Amino acid sequence: MFKIVDKEVLAPTLSKLIIEAPFIAKKRKAGNFVIVRATETGERIPLTIVDSDEEKGTITLIIQAIGKTTTIMTQMERGEFFLDVVGPLGQPTPIDNLGTVVCIGGGVGTAEVYPIAEALKEAGNRVIGIVGARSKELVILEDEMNQVCDEVIVTTDDGSYGMKGFVTDALKNVMNDEPDIKGVYAIGPMPMMRAVAETTRPQEIKTYVSLNPIMMDGTGMCGACRVTVNGELKFACVDGPEFDAHKVNFDELIARNRTYEDQEKMSLEAFLQEQECKVHDAQTEQYKYKD
Amino acid sequence: MRKQNNTNTKTNGKVNPLKPSERMKIPRHLPIEQGAEIRISNFEEVSQGFNFELALEEAKRCLECKNPVCVDGCPVNIDIPGFIQLLLEKDYQAAIEKVRESNYLPAICGRVCPQENLCEIVCLLGKKREPVAIGKLERFVADYEMAHGKFTPPQKAEPKNQKVAVIGSGPGGLTVAAELAQRGYDVTIYEALHEPGGVLIFGIPEFRLPKHIVKEEVERVKALGVEIKTNVIVGRTITIDELFDELGYESVYLGTGAGSPNFLNIPGENLSGVYSASELLTRVNLMKAYKFPEYDTPLKIGKRVAVIGGGDVAMDAVRTSKRIGPEHTILLYRRSREEMPARVEEVHHAEEEGIEFQMLTNPVAIHGDENGWVKSIECQKMKLGEPDEKGRRRPIPIEGSNFTIDVDTVVVAIGQSPNPVIQQTTPGLETTKWGTIIVDEKGATSREGIYAGGDIARGGATVIQAVADGKRAAVSIHEYLTQVREENKKKAEQVAES
Repeated sequence: MFKIVDKEVLAPTLSKLIIEAPFIAKKRKAGNFVIVRATETGERIPLTIVDSDEEKGTITLIIQAIGKTTTIMTQMERGEFFLDVVGPLGQPTPIDNLGTVVCIGGGVGTAEVYPIAEALKEAGNRVIGIVGARSKELVILEDEMNQVCDEVIVTTDDGSYGMKGFVTDALKNVMNDEPDIKGVYAIGPMPMMRAVAETTRPQEIKTYVSLNPIMMDGTGMCGACRVTVNGELKFACVDGPEFDAHKVNFDELIARNRTYEDQEKMSLEAFLQEQECKVHDAQTEQYKYKD
Repeated sequence: MRKQNNTNTKTNGKVNPLKPSERMKIPRHLPIEQGAEIRISNFEEVSQGFNFELALEEAKRCLECKNPVCVDGCPVNIDIPGFIQLLLEKDYQAAIEKVRESNYLPAICGRVCPQENLCEIVCLLGKKREPVAIGKLERFVADYEMAHGKFTPPQKAEPKNQKVAVIGSGPGGLTVAAELAQRGYDVTIYEALHEPGGVLIFGIPEFRLPKHIVKEEVERVKALGVEIKTNVIVGRTITIDELFDELGYESVYLGTGAGSPNFLNIPGENLSGVYSASELLTRVNLMKAYKFPEYDTPLKIGKRVAVIGGGDVAMDAVRTSKRIGPEHTILLYRRSREEMPARVEEVHHAEEEGIEFQMLTNPVAIHGDENGWVKSIECQKMKLGEPDEKGRRRPIPIEGSNFTIDVDTVVVAIGQSPNPVIQQTTPGLETTKWGTIIVDEKGATSREGIYAGGDIARGGATVIQAVADGKRAAVSIHEYLTQVREENKKKAEQVAES
């Protein structure tokens, strides 16, 4: 059992949880992830370790409610427990002093790129951060990114905050201004990572993406997370999750990630309906009590 | 040793009044089974085993050979005539205790052991008639004990005050832990997944090995004082060297199995709708996807499923798929039926359940539709050539014989390779070119104090082989730690003298 020692709601569907996991806190490096099973009936969910505190023995996770299991996880409160947390998993990001690098986070991907930006800064790089979101209230970790980056550009799709446009628009500007970018690290929705890869491909700027394929055990046992990189079969959980963006077969991956779309939707809808009923029942109950 | 056991337990026909010639006339008894029509729509156990009457009747068939070859046929040398004799005496508790002397996981092995190739194949009765149903009798006494709750943990030796770490809680790890705990060691098992049992939990389906049976056997290991820590990936959460240097373990057993699925490397293998058998089975067995949406983990099995392979895992995968309810379930295997490595019983069960077998068929490509979903599988016809080094006839492709089968789900069950995490993070641990850990005849690896067995050393074997390796390694670890104790004692004496 892994205790939730703190919780902060970042946005309506986005929660930051601090979890007690001393062994993982001690071992984790930038780019590592954990697999969480919150409840007995829950799925095993892979989550990037955003931060850790070795002294307190805690790790920080940021969870976006997408399906049923993740919705339950974002609704859990301080003092409650996750049944299982295992890690740190995956290959850590290779961190070197390269010069000028760009770290791009789209949506909840900002939480995942933040520890990499932090490690790259510590290694002596000049780090330019690009934080993208659909709209203002979904921009996360701007302050944290400001602390570890030399410069941060915020973009929103609707222009409600920062620059109006996509992260790739900001990236193009940076590429115009900076003649010698040594590396780009992009984490976000799959189409965003593919767009970043296409943006940097002509200039052959080394670009890394952290892939989020369907995953189950996270230990190399099931092969659900297999991806084609440079024509070779790779397991994202043990060989990745980071890969050379210019060599990833995104089309195949995007199609594979839709495998359970129907079931995920069905499961979430049923769950939300059940929750609504419960709220309704509770209200009726209260009303009766007053009566 | 064994002979003595036999004289102790044998009553020379007092219990069994039948003459050998009469015993030979009794036909082998069949276990009670769920009918194929019914069982394909549920996940409950296919075989219900023997009831009291059947078990006693079957036990009467044992010839009580003076030189019981079945004991040598058993990889862990269970005193088979001994426990059968006790069963006949209706001392069921003594019978199960007799089995447990040699095998700490009888309810599991009684179900999944390939007895037909081990103890039963050498049974003298089988020369002219059918062999005694030893496996079903083992299962009977184990189930008897579970139903009547008379288990008391065996006596433990004096505490040795030495710690042993066992990596992996599959059949091998559980056996090593049980053996060493009985010898007085402090044993901790580290398991990567959230539930102990390894392949017994995530691999073998509920209908062949109910999970409550595994859980109960695990509890019996814990009853010896063994601690099981789940959610620890040795090599990631903690390394082998940290176990030695920081946590004070004096010996480590690696029983991590061969868990990394192999793929065919043919076009289309990453389309949606293509699973490894490991993924399919883990979703169903460990994550209970067959209970979706009560459990959150989904599984998508279409209308026409093709499972590729001919081993036990392929049988488990194809029979699991069948129970999810597709219209057609086909097994594709590149050799012929005779070469299939799967247990005869499982092949027979699969056939009864309406699985279509397509032999001498080798997949060469998987084709997808416009959404990236499996649409069909292209195969090539094969013929059999000369036997290979294992004596199995080699499949040879027939030129120009390609054909396609319409399917929407493909399951690849062509074997597993060792997971490399421990090998990569443990300096000095020697491996073969296939990634298996090299061990000597005692189960010792190239690193002092580290032992290994089961699939991580063999590449792909059986539950009982893992149990046998575990027993062998436990003896070696005991010898090693005894030596360490003696050396430490000598050193302490020398210090005291000086």
